[in-house]
Amino acid sequence: MDRRKSIKAMLVGTVSATVLIEACKNTNTTVAEVNMDDRMQEEKDYLVKVNAAPTFFDAHEMATITVLGDIIMPKDAVSGSASDAKVPAFIEFIVKDMPDHQVPVRGGLRWLDLHCYKQHEKAFIECTKAQQLSIVDEIAYPNKAKPEVAQGVSFFNKMRDLVTTGFYTSEIGVKDLGYMGNVPNQWNGVPDDVLKHHGLAYTEKELKECISYS
Amino acid sequence: MSNFQVKIASKNYDAVIVGSGAGGGMAAYVLSKAGLKVCLLEAGPEFDPAKNSAQLKNPWDSPRRGASTKMRPFGDFDASYWGWEIDGEPYTQTPGSDKFEWWRARMVGGRTNHWGRISLRFGPRDFKRKSIDGLGDDWPIGYEDIKPYYDKIDKLIGVYGTNEGLANDPDGIFLPPPKPRLHELMFKKAATGINIPVIPSRLSILTKKINDDRGVCFYCGQCNRSCKVYGDFSSSSVLVRPALLTGNVDLITGAMAREVITDREGKAVGVSYVNKMDRQEYQINAKVVVLGASTCETARLLLNSKSSKHPNGLANSSGVVGHYLHDSTGAALGGVIPSLFGRKRYNEDGVGGMHVYTPWWLDNKKLNFPRGYHIEYWGGMSQPGYGFGMGQQGLNGKFQVNGRTKEAGGYGESLKEDVRFFYGASVGMGGRGEAVPRFENHCKIDPDVVDKYGIPVLKFDCKNSEYEVQQAKHMKETFREIMHEMGAVITWGDQDDASNKYGLSNPGNIIHEAGTVRMGSDKKTSALNAFGQAHDCKNLFCVDGSVFTSQADKNITWTILALSMRTSEYILDQLQKHNI
Repeated sequence: MDRRKSIKAMLVGTVSATVLIEACKNTNTTVAEVNMDDRMQEEKDYLVKVNAAPTFFDAHEMATITVLGDIIMPKDAVSGSASDAKVPAFIEFIVKDMPDHQVPVRGGLRWLDLHCYKQHEKAFIECTKAQQLSIVDEIAYPNKAKPEVAQGVSFFNKMRDLVTTGFYTSEIGVKDLGYMGNVPNQWNGVPDDVLKHHGLAYTEKELKECISYS
Repeated sequence: MSNFQVKIASKNYDAVIVGSGAGGGMAAYVLSKAGLKVCLLEAGPEFDPAKNSAQLKNPWDSPRRGASTKMRPFGDFDASYWGWEIDGEPYTQTPGSDKFEWWRARMVGGRTNHWGRISLRFGPRDFKRKSIDGLGDDWPIGYEDIKPYYDKIDKLIGVYGTNEGLANDPDGIFLPPPKPRLHELMFKKAATGINIPVIPSRLSILTKKINDDRGVCFYCGQCNRSCKVYGDFSSSSVLVRPALLTGNVDLITGAMAREVITDREGKAVGVSYVNKMDRQEYQINAKVVVLGASTCETARLLLNSKSSKHPNGLANSSGVVGHYLHDSTGAALGGVIPSLFGRKRYNEDGVGGMHVYTPWWLDNKKLNFPRGYHIEYWGGMSQPGYGFGMGQQGLNGKFQVNGRTKEAGGYGESLKEDVRFFYGASVGMGGRGEAVPRFENHCKIDPDVVDKYGIPVLKFDCKNSEYEVQQAKHMKETFREIMHEMGAVITWGDQDDASNKYGLSNPGNIIHEAGTVRMGSDKKTSALNAFGQAHDCKNLFCVDGSVFTSQADKNITWTILALSMRTSEYILDQLQKHNI
């Protein structure tokens, strides 16, 4: 049953938690539109304003962000790439929502293109993959990077942060991570094999006093 | 042609209550259930967790992935409307003082929608601090006066925990607590190994059903979003909703209280407020006025209610209103537990808070600070939100990842591997301690500034004392020991010293502020009597954190609820006897 109905049933207490947990596992509902009942009016107004603001990044910047994003979080055996997870769109939104990101990201993108141009007479996205990775290698390792590219290191740290967080808070990323929560359940303690692995155990007092679900 | 007027409601209520949080909500509940006609004024809009909670939303359901905003400072899914700043409602600081961080949530149920659910009874010692260490003042009541109300609250509202027979962390009527999580078992093992107790926490979350109006916790770990099945305590769901169902309560939302109106004899007559929707002025008249607007807003209301009988502000012949303002202390640190790297995944949400905690365990007579603190623990495989995965360069060069040494930073498949490897290995701990209330710490009316409604605003002047600083120092030393004992590596909160007060939080930051309309038996040094009744105005009562003579090393909500119930029963008693 869908989320809203299951919650209503739990409130009324007509359905036991075990039945619900089974029911929730089988749900195939997709929420086409995110419910906005949790927003206050000022937040709704603000979101309209942010979404109506002109697109911040131009096509070239967005293309660069996309290439960088897929270098930082590429497709691998476990999950898709930053593009697959729609990270570039997230970054476009977040710099409008958090304007402090705008100057460092825009400035960093231009720094990157100029740095690239000095070596290859081309902008970053016009370089070959090998050339791009070589440039990235210069700025991706803060403890190893040359002092002359310190601003590039700062920029790449920021891009790594934004791409990583945008990726791992997407549906693809949360699945990749293996987070198994956000679902009604009955917490019955740490699984036995995990307890054993760490040499830990519940005391008799805990087993007696804490709520147990067999 | 001006249309300006104050519209006085034609209905005369038995009681008008300002604020629908813990204190105001409880007063509305008790008074309406007894048949009184109540008008409940709430500055914020309606909020019902069943309808308005963001519970069970995914990170990607928020365009900012759950990040904090000005309107929701603890995250995009947190059940708070506003917080540190409210548009058009400034507050000011006194130069040279610590910055007072003032939390204001504007919604039915107030802070109880997003609070931490930590429900700790004060102990016998907590009412008699001056008798113990000579500082501050004793309450005009003792544990025996409030115990019957704690018992009633435990049963009415529900709280999980265990009876441990501790002298100053009293036994209660508890529902069973949830089993500790993995990092909590590790904290417990390490701390108890160095003689620091770790016991089940006491949170107002229903692990068992207590009535037909509320569901049972289903361990989504999102109490701060408020609970759609009313599985935890929010005033909105547990007090205001049943109060409304009696048919005796008129709830007026969007009502910003301006002033308590008094008559020529100095008796309270009602409350004037501005309706935020139509921006017109209204007044509610009632036999009894109950203030539960939160500690500083209640003080502000009283100070802004001057009259010839109350030239210093209502209920303020003592001059204490706004003074003795104090908050819990706070200091924290955290890091990673290498034995949790690459951990097996399972659902570890549990409840939206700690399953264990440490109650104050030492004798202050042997220490260089007079009051205690409790310790809260956090960690685990929680739901990712904005900020997750940032700062990998601070971790992946420091520790081997799956047996391989890596260069800090990086990108690509290797970076994905790092994020997965470190997930769920972060832990943290924070102390919440008792500050000594001092007259000098206060909020007062700013003579120069009004808010957008024309209501004079508060100006704060608070400074932490050396007592609080030494307490924070002790917290950090203790946390270091526990982390070391756990085999954890500290990654933040370890770079403090006297110059930054050992990381001691600013007053107000912990959001347990209290004391501004304190109760006492001496009219010259207190504003209220032992029943929360104003010495100067016998049909005026306060039911929020403002009444506290001192705080304890315990969060104050459970005591606010108990005191409000006690005050409300006293109001019923006094009305019946025609004393008010």
